Amino acid sequence: MNNRLINWFKYASPQSFYPVAGKMIPWFAALAVLFGIAGLWIGMAVAPTDFQQGEGYRIIFIHVPASWMSMFIYLVMAFWAALGLAYNTRLSGMMAQALAPTGALMAFLSLWTGALWGKPMWGTWWVWDARLTSELILLFLYIGFIALQASIDDPRRADKAGAVLALVGVVNIPIIYFSVKWWNTLHQGASVSLNKAPSMASLMLWGMLLMALCFWMYSIAVALHRVRTIMLERERGTEWVKDVLQQEAAK
Amino acid sequence: MITTIGAITARDLKLAMRRQADIVSVLFFFIIVASLFPLGIGPEPQLLKKLAPGVLWVGALLATMLSLPRLFADDYRDGTLEQLVLAPQPLGLTVIGKVLAHWLVSGLPLALLAPVLGIQFDLETDALLILTVSLLIGTPALSGIGAIGAALTLGLRGGGVLVSLLVLPLYIPVLIFGAGAVDATVTGMGAEAHLSILGALAIGGVFFAPWATAAALRISLE
Repeated sequence: MNNRLINWFKYASPQSFYPVAGKMIPWFAALAVLFGIAGLWIGMAVAPTDFQQGEGYRIIFIHVPASWMSMFIYLVMAFWAALGLAYNTRLSGMMAQALAPTGALMAFLSLWTGALWGKPMWGTWWVWDARLTSELILLFLYIGFIALQASIDDPRRADKAGAVLALVGVVNIPIIYFSVKWWNTLHQGASVSLNKAPSMASLMLWGMLLMALCFWMYSIAVALHRVRTIMLERERGTEWVKDVLQQEAAK
Repeated sequence: MITTIGAITARDLKLAMRRQADIVSVLFFFIIVASLFPLGIGPEPQLLKKLAPGVLWVGALLATMLSLPRLFADDYRDGTLEQLVLAPQPLGLTVIGKVLAHWLVSGLPLALLAPVLGIQFDLETDALLILTVSLLIGTPALSGIGAIGAALTLGLRGGGVLVSLLVLPLYIPVLIFGAGAVDATVTGMGAEAHLSILGALAIGGVFFAPWATAAALRISLE
């Protein structure tokens, strides 16, 4: 095992992951701010006004990255959940628990900005379109996950029960993705796809990609911060937590 | 395999028959919910006819959900469930047996009762038929998916509310295509497409859900 460049299993224990996460957080936070400034500058100042939708379209610079993140975080959560069930590692469950609130926030942001965008464009805050509905279901799934974990006192059982729920819920992700093709209603099709050239100006695309990167970095930084807190809380009886707290108090 | 499922189903059915009040109260819940809607909305036949598929399906969904805690709670309380988990037969098969019994005492009566309530909503004969068929196809999926939620919340405080929070989002696809099938018949489009997808959901749900339920049961009993 030890002839590998990095022994990944070493970082599966909270004790060794805690300081690493602490070192990574400032970097990801700084990158989030940098990408955010660049993305917002391109999105709000440089990108041209859309000839159909006017200035209102600029909300997609928040809306689309938030929707992407809300779905992606659920996948990452399910990945950690599966890992936790398979290898029985403590850190996996903590990661899933740390990601859930951020994912719920992203789903809520996506719905909220979508409503703000829908009012001027479609003339209504909300339509029962497949994509909107499945994003709403995704928010419900996050809330169910958080509620289930909150109501189980034993953290090991909470992790495992949450993991099963996350894996069951992951069935919902393809339904979200294919719903555009299945129901084909009011919501426009995906604007960016891998197969054909995007149907938007490249400046807008750049703004959106930068904002997506910003959301990524933000989510990583926040999830790492939260997982550090969870580690301290769950391992409060152990020696290394005492050491860490003493060191931090001494600073 | 068949004998395991059969034995568990027969046992659960016998237990359910000893407590018929539980079955009947779920059915009356369904009837009352369906009767509340006309009182809340108003008696216009056209409006009620349009709302009927959704109202009846949501009613059936909620009634199924209410009966979910019964699936494992009693066996959990008196220790039978631990014995079933320890038994040499695969836990997934045991769960299939229990789900089947649950469907026979909740889903099947609901599906047979639904056309009677459909008449109150002035549905045509072919719509009543499709309503029954869609409920017959869809309710096994509801029992199967619901079992996951029931297993996850076993022995937790506030388990009943939590079950609805976990299970209702997962029920939405079944609701969409179940009510959609009836709606398509009412508007004269034909229900085959909806029923096919509903059948696919039911087969997928009944096939995969017991294994997730078995995993959840093992976690709950640790």
